[in-house]
Amino acid sequence: MTTTTSRAPLPAPARRRRPFNPRRAGAWALLVLAIAVSVLPFLWVLRTALSTNGSLASQSASLLPADFTFGAFLRVFGLQSPEDAIAEGGSGAAIDFWLYLRNSLIFSSITTAGAVFFSALAAYAFARLRWRGRNFVFSLFLGTMLVPPIFTALPNFLLIKNLDLLNTMLGMVLPYVFMTPFAIFFLRQFFLNMSREVEEAAMLDGAKHLRIFFQIVLPNAAAPIATLALLTFIGQWNEYFWPLLVGSQEDVRVLQVGLGVFKSQSPQGAPDWSGLMAATLVSALPVLILFAAFGKKIVNSIGFSGIK
Amino acid sequence: MTTITKLPDPVAGGSKPQHRGKTLLRAGRGRRLGDLRIALLFIAPAMIGFIFFYVVPTIRGVYLSFTEYNILGDPEWVGLDNYTAIAQDPLFWNSLAVTGQYVLINIALQTALALGLALLMHRVAKSTLIRGALLLPYLMSNVIAALLWFWMLDYQIGVVNQFIEWAGLPRVAFFGSEEWAIPTQALINTWRHMGYTALLIFAGLQAIPGHLYEVAKLDGASAFQTFRKITIPLLRPVLVLVLVVTVIGSFQVFDTVAVTTQGGPVNATRVIQYYIYQRAFTESDFGYGSAIAVILFLILALVAFIQMKFLKGNESDLD
Repeated sequence: MTTTTSRAPLPAPARRRRPFNPRRAGAWALLVLAIAVSVLPFLWVLRTALSTNGSLASQSASLLPADFTFGAFLRVFGLQSPEDAIAEGGSGAAIDFWLYLRNSLIFSSITTAGAVFFSALAAYAFARLRWRGRNFVFSLFLGTMLVPPIFTALPNFLLIKNLDLLNTMLGMVLPYVFMTPFAIFFLRQFFLNMSREVEEAAMLDGAKHLRIFFQIVLPNAAAPIATLALLTFIGQWNEYFWPLLVGSQEDVRVLQVGLGVFKSQSPQGAPDWSGLMAATLVSALPVLILFAAFGKKIVNSIGFSGIK
Repeated sequence: MTTITKLPDPVAGGSKPQHRGKTLLRAGRGRRLGDLRIALLFIAPAMIGFIFFYVVPTIRGVYLSFTEYNILGDPEWVGLDNYTAIAQDPLFWNSLAVTGQYVLINIALQTALALGLALLMHRVAKSTLIRGALLLPYLMSNVIAALLWFWMLDYQIGVVNQFIEWAGLPRVAFFGSEEWAIPTQALINTWRHMGYTALLIFAGLQAIPGHLYEVAKLDGASAFQTFRKITIPLLRPVLVLVLVVTVIGSFQVFDTVAVTTQGGPVNATRVIQYYIYQRAFTESDFGYGSAIAVILFLILALVAFIQMKFLKGNESDLD
């Protein structure tokens, strides 16, 4: 019998319930708390983005938007006249998140496509081909994961500058497009754990490595490659430091950098909170969409599968 | 020697691969001699990226650290001058202390919370939906996480301070006070990484063969004994990897600082990477910035080495 029935006399329970287990309930409570902390801030961001700046202070604890308006979103997409923007607590400075959205899409797509494909090739060589120095070269590649991005960022910035590629999309994608150490590591793990049988059968039939790679390994690895592409895309989407260094100008500015600029443009006095939160949501939206569509894939990919 | 131009695209490669495969593999004098040629072809593109954007910049970075270079002229060799200057630079030592404080708070909180969450999920709920909800913050950029909390923790009208006031406590200047600025940055990062780290550990828990627990149960082991004798040893490689990755990442905190406090108040959040950024890009002192970057690099290598060595992270107990 559960403890609740003693307080409120209910009709006899239709089915047996698990006896109340305080430890289990406690575990659930903690889990629910963690979920609330993870998710509720986003609702607060949405609520703020739909509010009018001037009313945020007076209705700071209401769960509903304070004086509902789409003004903040209009402002972020540059659809509001400077006068209206200033009247609603914006800075009035021109800001165009459509452009940043486009730039972010281009930047993330190119780097993801290149890095995933080239890393898959390399990972295959590290996992399935036998050659002298393989493990040594792999450990060198892996060692690059240790190199702090700031360390290579300074010389890479100079390289891109010397190549006259500052503030170009090419300059922004170059360091990422050939590989990422993580992608090689991730796919190598998968290739190592793949069954050799099919490959060996193909090899007995006289198939060589390129054919095996494209006809057997890649199709078999479609799932992890898709996962890797998703993770890489999200990672690139969220990249801030490098685009800040080489892509600060408006025509190649990505969303993350745009957000920082938008924040720093805050008018004197109170910041444009609803505008800032609307911009934040716009920047998060593509990732949220990907997450809604492929959430299961992303979630199940998290883990060091097959560390050996 | 094969070159990158011979690299077939996926479609063409699938259609008539035999011919290409044969010409490329003529060297195949039996498998014992290995697949060196084909391997070179496979790693060629990655090698380009590796050499030009990792190896060369690493060497150049070390070289620059021995120069004075303000981007306009040529780098001028100054020997160890940058390093001796750094040794006497209070801002550098401050950045080291501030970063260390950040890493400590962040890693302690994050690892403890993540381990707890992972065990909870393992025990009571393995649903993807729950894991997804916990992962959500990690999928957001640092910039988004920073701005979101910059708003929620605002001194005047932030909702958190609203709650604090309702609880009868004085408002907290999370970003504005020197004592709170670093813990606040660490909390933001903990919020963003907690679920992700929990999922990594959770995956490690899932990988522990269930029959081990059954055997332990049959032997009458208590929950705590099972945890100590089975869970922790078998989870160790995952835990070590988690620690190495999170500690290294944590040392490189930049984004959240750059969009919120920008090093302030005073020097409270001038973390190493932000200081490097300022010296190199704001003050055009690339030599000095590179020298600090070299030091950061060495610190990270040392930390990773110690962790791997003493926690034996590269050995699995599952074999």
